Amino acid sequence: MDATRVMDWEKVGGGVRRKRIISRLTFTIPSAVLFILVVTAIFAPLLAPYPPDQIALLDRLMPPAFVEGGSTAHLLGTDLIGRDILSRVIYGARISLSVSLLVILITASIGTGLGIISGYLGGRTDAFLMRVTDISLAFPAILIALLFAAILGPSYWTVVLAISLLGWAPYARLIRGEALRLREADFVAQARIIGTSPGRIMVRHIFPNIMNPLIIMATLSVGFVILTEAALSYLGAGIPPPTASWGNMVSDGRNLIDTAWWISLFPGIAIGLVVLSGNFLGDWLRDKMDPRLRQI
Amino acid sequence: MSKVILQVEDLRSYFFTRKGVVKAVDGISFYVDEGETFGIVGESACGKTVTALSILRLLPEPGGKIVSGKIILDGTNLVELSKKEMRKYRGKMISMILQDPMTSLNPVYTIGDQIAESVRLHQGLRGEMVEQEVISALRLLKIPSPEVILRQYPFQMSGGMRQRVVGAIAMSCRPRLLIADEPTTALDATIQAQYMALFKDVQKKTNVAIIYITHDFGVIAQMCHRVAVMYAGKIVETATTRELFKAPKHPYTSALINSVPRLDRKDARLYSIEGQPPSLMDLPPGCRFAPRCPVVKPVCREQEPPEVGIGYGHSVSCWRAK
Repeated sequence: MDATRVMDWEKVGGGVRRKRIISRLTFTIPSAVLFILVVTAIFAPLLAPYPPDQIALLDRLMPPAFVEGGSTAHLLGTDLIGRDILSRVIYGARISLSVSLLVILITASIGTGLGIISGYLGGRTDAFLMRVTDISLAFPAILIALLFAAILGPSYWTVVLAISLLGWAPYARLIRGEALRLREADFVAQARIIGTSPGRIMVRHIFPNIMNPLIIMATLSVGFVILTEAALSYLGAGIPPPTASWGNMVSDGRNLIDTAWWISLFPGIAIGLVVLSGNFLGDWLRDKMDPRLRQI
Repeated sequence: MSKVILQVEDLRSYFFTRKGVVKAVDGISFYVDEGETFGIVGESACGKTVTALSILRLLPEPGGKIVSGKIILDGTNLVELSKKEMRKYRGKMISMILQDPMTSLNPVYTIGDQIAESVRLHQGLRGEMVEQEVISALRLLKIPSPEVILRQYPFQMSGGMRQRVVGAIAMSCRPRLLIADEPTTALDATIQAQYMALFKDVQKKTNVAIIYITHDFGVIAQMCHRVAVMYAGKIVETATTRELFKAPKHPYTSALINSVPRLDRKDARLYSIEGQPPSLMDLPPGCRFAPRCPVVKPVCREQEPPEVGIGYGHSVSCWRAK
């Protein structure tokens, strides 16, 4: 009796149920990962076994606990000057996650705003804004960031500002294209017909319809931001040492990658986890926001 | 008995393009009474839609422009209004229904939200009052169980139902003038008939004036009290529907009526008009229909025919008309 019931259910709703389970997993796993990382970042002082910049020269270059020669005192090993990798990864989450979040918020807001205005209003406004965007895209981001760091001195806010300064341009490009397409949409014409003002059309009718590419772009840029921060750190214009960020930890380990691989690997895994989770969550969100898929 | 709600006088709407000036609407005049359905019929690209967009002052910018003429809606010349003032007229005094119901609703909002937008904008209502207005608009268009429908999204509805919703948005503030630009072209034949009956009913209840744009004489015959036939940016003939079918005076009108397939005649071939309409950038001198006209006279190729009245409500622009 029970068996037939299950079989029927499988026949009728198997596809839907499988979709539902996958949909739930693509939400739960990445959000759990991100949640854990965020909690870790917030409670770093409680969770880290050592202060992140405590130097122990006697314990330098100790491999992770699960490798021969490792010790449970340093679960993920130590770096060149004996700092505990686990503690630094935990503290690094604070820097790397908050930098990403801030940069994405700033660049996405500026890029979306300018993109919608440019695409919807068109004409001279569009020509002007797109030339500014082209100029932004033409500059090598690292160079500008370096210049910025040189003027303001390397600091947390310098990194945020430097990456944001040019990071909005790809958003503006993408969103402008979408706005351009939507401007001709019948439902926008319909909005004009009932007397909706251009500002209101941009906010109420264009903006919600560009959420999908915006969210995808934002989640994809998590990786870009963390990696740019790493590159800046490598060049001495990033988060200044001894503060740990995943980016500068990866750079620190670069020269020792064939012997002390754990120095780069663990912050690298952390970066990978965040980027992947971001992508999965982005996909899930996109499906959720599409009302056609909302039913499933 | 009935009062003139819209008076269009010598309207000219041109498009200024790199290649030249496209005279999409070139000096048309007509009026529409309250509670009347006025048809505009003609081939593609003869200026029907541009006429509609001109009345709403929504010609595509940059490029499209009302060059001259008056559009008087209930005593106000719309051409002279500022953009901001015009926005207050749109939706409240004039509204329009677009051709394709599948694309004219915003996919991310519920039906209720989309009707409410117009209600909030023009009636300054908030809260529960808005919902009442929304429901009354849905009822006006005979949409079943409006309380349920207003929480649905466009993708959950059929084309016919969506077009009713579009109608409900257009009628939500009870405008005085409704422009319908081929609203039934995208619907199938049975739904089309229902929709037209529905609009007759809406008109009876609200006394709204309707400008019905179509290329379908069958629709004209069913819906319209009076008709204007457009050709290459001009109105060539205006008459009551009955008169137009019974005694068309312009050769173009007769040709159009003759090219409608009929069940009661067994012609071997369907009549069709020779040639193509002229380019709106490079119009012939004289009558615009002259190059295709079967009964053309020398004067037709030299001078534009004046519009002459021939009896009650019937006027025509043709050198042959008396």
